[in-house]
Amino acid sequence: MKLRIKFTKSGVMVFIGHLDMMRYFQKAMRRADIDIAYSQGFNPHQIMSFALPLGVGVYSDGEYLDIEANSITSSEDMCKRLNEVMVDGVTIESVKLLADNAKNAMSLVAAADYIVSFREGHAPESFSMKKFLEFCEQDSILVTKQTKKNTREIDLKSYMYEVREDKDGIYMKIGAGSANNIKPDLIFQAYEEYTGISMDEFALKVKRLDLYADLGEEDTHKFVSLEALGEDFYE
Amino acid sequence: MRKQALSDEILLKIEKPARYIGNEVNSVVKDLSKIDVRFAMCFPDVYEIGMSHLGIQILYDMFNRWEDVYCERVYSPWTDLDKIMREQNIPLFALESQDAIKDFDFLGVTIQYEMCYTNILQILELGQIPMESKDRTWEHPIVIGGGPCAYNPEPLADFFDLFYMGEGETMYRSLIDLYKEHKAKNSTREEFLREAGKLPGIYAPSMYEVVYKEDGTIAEFKPKYEDVPATVKKQIVMDLTDTCYPENPVVPFIKATQDRVVLEIQRGCIRGCRFCQAGMIYRPVRERDVEMLKDKAYKMLRNTGHEEISLSSLSSSDYSQLGELVNFLIDEFKGKGVNVSLPSLRIDAFSLDVMSKVQDVRKSSLTFAPEAGSQRMRDVINKGLTEDVIIKGAGLAFEAGWNRVKLYFMLGLPTETEEDIKGIAYLSEKIAERYYEIPKTERNGKVQIVASSSFFVPKPFTPFQWASMNTKEEFLQKAHVVNDTVKEQLNRKSIKYNYHEADVTVLEGVLARGDRRVGKVILNAYRKGCLYDAWSESFHNDLWMEAFEEEGIDIMFYTKRERDMDEILPWDFIDVGVSKEFFKREWQRAKDEVVTPNCRMACQGCGAAAFGGGVCFEAKN
Ligand code: SF4
Repeated sequence: MKLRIKFTKSGVMVFIGHLDMMRYFQKAMRRADIDIAYSQGFNPHQIMSFALPLGVGVYSDGEYLDIEANSITSSEDMCKRLNEVMVDGVTIESVKLLADNAKNAMSLVAAADYIVSFREGHAPESFSMKKFLEFCEQDSILVTKQTKKNTREIDLKSYMYEVREDKDGIYMKIGAGSANNIKPDLIFQAYEEYTGISMDEFALKVKRLDLYADLGEEDTHKFVSLEALGEDFYE
Repeated sequence: MRKQALSDEILLKIEKPARYIGNEVNSVVKDLSKIDVRFAMCFPDVYEIGMSHLGIQILYDMFNRWEDVYCERVYSPWTDLDKIMREQNIPLFALESQDAIKDFDFLGVTIQYEMCYTNILQILELGQIPMESKDRTWEHPIVIGGGPCAYNPEPLADFFDLFYMGEGETMYRSLIDLYKEHKAKNSTREEFLREAGKLPGIYAPSMYEVVYKEDGTIAEFKPKYEDVPATVKKQIVMDLTDTCYPENPVVPFIKATQDRVVLEIQRGCIRGCRFCQAGMIYRPVRERDVEMLKDKAYKMLRNTGHEEISLSSLSSSDYSQLGELVNFLIDEFKGKGVNVSLPSLRIDAFSLDVMSKVQDVRKSSLTFAPEAGSQRMRDVINKGLTEDVIIKGAGLAFEAGWNRVKLYFMLGLPTETEEDIKGIAYLSEKIAERYYEIPKTERNGKVQIVASSSFFVPKPFTPFQWASMNTKEEFLQKAHVVNDTVKEQLNRKSIKYNYHEADVTVLEGVLARGDRRVGKVILNAYRKGCLYDAWSESFHNDLWMEAFEEEGIDIMFYTKRERDMDEILPWDFIDVGVSKEFFKREWQRAKDEVVTPNCRMACQGCGAAAFGGGVCFEAKN
């Protein structure tokens, strides 16, 4: 059975990198006595995959991992058992059952919501929200994106689905996942170039709110939270 | 929100911030308002190393079971953070509460190897605690050291208020009660240290004085006051089953060197290898009951979620219920995605059988520790392992499908000859030849033998404590002889020979058998920037040499010089239970190339029976 687990990351846990979070969850599965499936072979490993790595220093209200389980109880019970073995700063939000033929979270991720604000004492003096929103409303925002192999020019604008002011900072819904992963930092870099102001490297405080699959056709988007693709289950 | 000693900015700038944030699974949180004594437990090396140490896990668990005590952990900040802490004047803090350790009641340091001594000074300095005991007041924690290096505490005497001789489970409760009592009645710190020094196993270096002869050896080592004991007796746990052992060890976020559940099956060793300090100072052998170990295995795996469990002891093959324990672990956990790892097993039919169940034979290598190349040399060091047994074991392993072998040797052993040195190459060659006796069709490709040698350091409380140690040049010359001999042999392509660094070995030799005068060299070297000396990339031999030069300390006096049998050794005031007579007898037998039987074959009357238990009384039970 495929299960999707949603969790949050806050406090000092934001300093724990992706690979260590994977190790953390592998051990947590055993502590919570989740009947997770193992691969075959001499050194079996748990069948588990994460939706999208979260950078060190980034907070999140909506992280996902999918696991394969041999047996299940109920959403509520599994959620409770996992929460009992979590540390401060990681909370299990939900455990949902997926259809047997469901694609895994990693291949589905298409967009992410973020709240971006400035760390205390790090906001550039000349920053103006109005100017930032103006910048975001341009027809195109061309940047060169560095990947491991090469650099290529992309138009950020086609991956910026929504940007607005929010009570906690700037809200943005932007492209995510293997095909069109852009991060809030990239938008702010472009903004720095656009305005000529410069920010120190620790200025941004980023919080991911949720991850989405895109169920739209061709040119239209229909973003659905990864959590909504699973169902609650009962004993 | 938890307190954070380091800002977000610092944590994002440094390597592996997880080393400093605490918050790990099973780390203990206590209400400070209900605590009388705060204890900072330190392993003076980087987090990943320190977190792998079982002793700290045991004491951490024990202290935190006591309601009035809160024990927290502290490790050496890596060099990147060290720099920032100095620049920004951030005091070193404990992981759990993130509070500065200078405000704690105790700072306990486990001293596992000599090359961490400068790291101890770093802990004190970053902790904003005066480095020398004489400069501390009640404002500062009581700095107490323990662990194997505490059995010659003298080079560190200036930096510690107290040392603990023996296993931590026994005396800490009395020490903490004494501390509370003295705090309550407003004694001076000095009064407390003097009283503490009367507790069994506790040594207060400031209560003793040393007088030297003209030739530099010790004329007299004596307490300054009549009520301070002249000898300090090692304390050990006699019943290792009915005692505390953690069920919830702390689980690091980042991969520690020991990323697994560790079951300590016994303490001590029956073998009596003459070079081995651990085999002497932890006498007598005491086993834990197999039922206790099974129960702990269950609980620790469940409470940590680790995917591996390992046995720990000096010589697991000598544990009397090994078969039952190992089979239980395999049957019980192997099917649940838990690996069972079995280090320090003697290679024989039994161990090969269980190892083939827990590891992939083609991918793993087998380890032999002959320690010396020739039979004569092995007799000198009392390594009761014959060539016949080694070759037989290797043959069994090769026939079972293994084709990778690691061999561990020492160079520079007492009485060593050219033939003994070359013996390392010869033995490696014979093992390779044994492999090729297997018909080609039944072998698994080529054999790969990795032979490594470390250089021998004579240690206190061993029969070799009087012995001359080789110089750096002698060590390297010997290593070259081995290397050249390997290169001349038929199977040279199957044998890879490595040897340890000679510089650092010489330094280890000075610190291991040093006296109080060596302390100022350590401080001087630290002032010059020596830190993380156990890490070859940060070891600066030139700075150490300058420090010896400036302090007028002669290295050869501590290394090369063979001690006279009736010389007062710096550690003679410690009673480890094994008598000096026994060590003398064994030193003579070594020179006579006579093997001494192990404790189970025939008790040698070493003195450890005085502890009243363990292997010494096995037959009578
Ligand atoms: S007294 Fe005998 S049995 Fe006990 S440790 Fe010493 S030699 Fe071994």
